[in-house]
Amino acid sequence: MIKIQGVYKSFDELEVLKGVDLDVKKGEVISVIGGSGSGKSTLLYCINGIEKIQQGNIIVDEIDVHAKGTNRDNLRQRLGMVFQQFNSFPHLTVLENASLAPRIVKKLKKKEAIEIAKEELNNVGLSDKFDEYPTRMSGGQQQRLAIARALAMKPEYMLFDEVTSALDPELVGEVLDTLRMLSDAGMTMICVTHEIAFAREVSDKIAFFHQGIIEELGTPEQVISNPQKETTQKFLSKVLH
Amino acid sequence: MGMSLFTPLSWNDSGFILTGVLNTVYISLVAITIGTVLGLAVGFLRAESNRVTNTLLGGVLDILRSVPLIIQLILFSTYIGAMGHPLNPFAAGSIVLSLYTMAFMGEVFRGGFESVPQSMVVAGRSLGMSYWQTVLYIRLPIGMRAVFPSWLGVALSVIKDSALVSVIGYMELLRTSEQLISRTQQPLEILLGVGLFYFIISYPLSLYGKYVERKMAI
Ligand SMILES: Nc1ncnc2c1ncn2[C@@H]1O[C@H](COP(=O)(O)OP(=O)(O)O)[C@@H](O)[C@H]1O
Ligand SMILES: [Mg+2]
Repeated sequence: MIKIQGVYKSFDELEVLKGVDLDVKKGEVISVIGGSGSGKSTLLYCINGIEKIQQGNIIVDEIDVHAKGTNRDNLRQRLGMVFQQFNSFPHLTVLENASLAPRIVKKLKKKEAIEIAKEELNNVGLSDKFDEYPTRMSGGQQQRLAIARALAMKPEYMLFDEVTSALDPELVGEVLDTLRMLSDAGMTMICVTHEIAFAREVSDKIAFFHQGIIEELGTPEQVISNPQKETTQKFLSKVLH
Repeated sequence: MGMSLFTPLSWNDSGFILTGVLNTVYISLVAITIGTVLGLAVGFLRAESNRVTNTLLGGVLDILRSVPLIIQLILFSTYIGAMGHPLNPFAAGSIVLSLYTMAFMGEVFRGGFESVPQSMVVAGRSLGMSYWQTVLYIRLPIGMRAVFPSWLGVALSVIKDSALVSVIGYMELLRTSEQLISRTQQPLEILLGVGLFYFIISYPLSLYGKYVERKMAI
């Protein structure tokens, strides 16, 4: 379980998160929607401890992410993350991309790491690309590689930050299908996304983010079909038309 | 029966010439190796460190790069001698040429490290890699690939610049050939031969550099 309690985060003078509370239970899919610059990406970076917070707590499976003694490198093995940019490692083949972290972070034997990487690549439909270099693949394929690479660490949670935003429209579907498959398999996920229809379909809860706080939180039925706040209504009418 | 003051070039000189060739190759390899290792450290420091360290380090490197090598060589060997620690020409030449190489390699590698997008490093960290693992497995290999053609360019100019170490008495190719010229009075043949040697070493390497550059551009 992930517990986010009263989190404040600033970059120098700029206050980006202004008291965020959110619980994510095992097996839940939560989508975070909201305008650009509202702090959605920052929240994900705070959850896996890549960015520091100034106030509040983030607890992942009883581990206080931002406490002094926490080994955040270890913690991040529980929290897979996929970004808007594909961030494939261009000097490594697809198989090497997916087996690197299991090998050097988990210290698995090479054979074992490759076994796991192959399995995850098969699951995202890249079984015929093991020896390809990522720069020679489409954006959709690279993004599926990024997902497989994160899954090869066998994380408990997955954080997705607008993973379809950099894709050509015709490639969005294949990546969303991969996310659907993951949610069907019971993965706990936080998805920052602009794909409202997708969010409505797969999410247990939707959080509408506005100027550094969660303005509205509820089921897709509540937040998307019957938004209570005016800001939510405005945002939805903008993105749905 | 007039005896000539000069003895023409002959096969007997090949051992002497070979010594010059090997010494040139030797000191170049030493300077390129040490210069690359130090340059990596310096380039990494420059890419990572704050403004103050960077300005200081940059200043030192600027001096090394802008003072002509020949002056650095003479200054260093004279100074070391005057201090009462005379070094043999090879040692003195290696030190100066290595530092000179480091100054150029440092800028090359700095560019390499900086060319790796931060987002790629963050992706590595998000997989649980430590800071040093992202340096070793992501920034180093990606950055070094990007600057390989520039690295090769610096290495080639070091091979050519190594001829200057002759001014402090190192028996590299240029100095052996000067001695041969004064004995044989055949400057044309000898200098052409020396030029050919540098060409044979440099040209294939520079072609290779261009090939790699083209391949990476795709
Ligand atoms: N590393 C950073 N340094 C300074 N400001 C940042 C940094 N990252 C994000 N910001 C700022 O924080 C605000 C929220 O950014 P972000 O979390 O990326 O928003 P979103 O993902 O919702 O579009 C923006 O104003 C952005 O400019
Ligand atoms: Mg964002």
